Amino acid sequence: MEKMTLIKKGAEAELYHMIWMGRESVLKRRIKKLYRNPDLDLYIRTTRTSLEAKLLSEARRLGVPTPIVYSLDLKNAEIIMSFISGPPLKKVIPNMDRKSLFETFSLIGSLVGKLHKGGIVHGDLTTSNMILKEDLLFLIDFGLGDHTFDLEARGVDIHLMRRALESSHHEISKFAYDGFISGYEGIMGEETKDVLRRVNEIRRRGRYVEGGR
Amino acid sequence: MSKLYVMGIESTAHTFGCGIVSSNGEILSNLRSEYVPAAGGIHPREASQHHASKASATIRQALNDAGLGLDEISAVAISLGPGLGPCLRTGATVARAIALMIKKPLIPVNHCVAHIEIGRLATKEDDPLVAYVSGGNTIVSAYSDGRYRVFGETLDIALGNCLDVFARSLGLSHPGVPKLEALAEGGKSFIPLPYVVKGQDVSYSGLLTMATRKIPENDPRDLSMSLLEVAYGMLAEVVERALAHTEKPSLLLTGGVARSHRLQRILRAVCEEHSARFHVVPPDLAGDNGAMIAWTGYLALKEGVCVPVESSYIRQRWRLDEVEVPWRR
Repeated sequence: MEKMTLIKKGAEAELYHMIWMGRESVLKRRIKKLYRNPDLDLYIRTTRTSLEAKLLSEARRLGVPTPIVYSLDLKNAEIIMSFISGPPLKKVIPNMDRKSLFETFSLIGSLVGKLHKGGIVHGDLTTSNMILKEDLLFLIDFGLGDHTFDLEARGVDIHLMRRALESSHHEISKFAYDGFISGYEGIMGEETKDVLRRVNEIRRRGRYVEGGR
Repeated sequence: MSKLYVMGIESTAHTFGCGIVSSNGEILSNLRSEYVPAAGGIHPREASQHHASKASATIRQALNDAGLGLDEISAVAISLGPGLGPCLRTGATVARAIALMIKKPLIPVNHCVAHIEIGRLATKEDDPLVAYVSGGNTIVSAYSDGRYRVFGETLDIALGNCLDVFARSLGLSHPGVPKLEALAEGGKSFIPLPYVVKGQDVSYSGLLTMATRKIPENDPRDLSMSLLEVAYGMLAEVVERALAHTEKPSLLLTGGVARSHRLQRILRAVCEEHSARFHVVPPDLAGDNGAMIAWTGYLALKEGVCVPVESSYIRQRWRLDEVEVPWRR
């Protein structure tokens, strides 16, 4: 095997840059957590790895840019996929003007709309899980995703993104969220209303939101 | 400037507390009286009656222990929320009365902010990521731009609530968590239970339901071990993600469940992997107490934060990230 260079040690996985069968690739390895019960640890790592590999390919078929899965090794909780060269959206946002910010989030909204329409939820929509490559926006990290047409799961997906915006990009969160919804509505149409009603319900259900219950 | 003394009153849930701190961060006294229900969980009205009956003696003792008279108190801080309405109203009534009587400012304090601030004071860690876990709250938070932002939280019930209710279902008496942990020590085989992490958030209600359903046909030691491993593992995962995301240099574990040794061990291991310092609030300041309200009240007083008695409403669902914390700017 070719030389591997560590590009990122995340909370859950290590990412290595490598050449695989002549292609520039990324190896994602979900690492063992010694603080976790070994049975639980194995279960979490293998189910998430298998789910992620499936969802990456399916999302791509729905027209959502994602890395191409080259190889899957469930026993070691490893995926080899195509390398996407570009900055995570999180790093780019501070330098964006309002117009491109709105357009970017509208694009994200339409991608998430495509996923939801096709029966997938991402499960972890943060700006660290989006990569800008020229004018394409790639979604990565599907390990917390699911196959579902369920209103609740769709609502949670959007609720979590809104919350992530509020904690990490609070100064632009409202504006970005509006952009997101406009793009989402462009794909989901009439269904958007039901989803947004559920998003608000989930928010009120949470601990301590005033005006709730 | 001469020393100031601030009195803090806490009554958001089962504890009525009164603490007194000085402006240089000394805790002069920290008295509490806990309502323990005869059976079941907290009954808000009964808890508030308990608080009303214990308030006077608790406050008197706090003053005695501090060696101070009421006339030496510079301000009264009150935990206005979040919490149970009847309990909050009792504490607020007492605090308002004292503030009016001694003609000193009344300072509104958010209970969650207070758990964070007492942890910062006790551990001398300036800017940690915070895991605040108790019977009523499960929040992963860090300071950014004027407020404590919420990076992860429970979507339904709190970690402590989940463990307490399960402990009661096993017939363990209050306090349930240490007994549950002792029982779990004897656990051998892991029983699969729903592990629910959604983005940066956790959900404990399905886990509690499933664990409770499995009581009849399983060894309580295995079940307790499995429940704790799953519940703490979920928290550890979102803490780890928030550590990686915020790149804070340290983690502060605070709130009543911070006393859990197993949870401490798990989170210490998480910190080691990310080269972050790990701190736990001291056990006597982990649960709800008046000193944390007093100290946060002092920080707010310095910034000129106070509230007229007539508009000192309680706020049952007052979110952590709605509170401005000007002393951190």
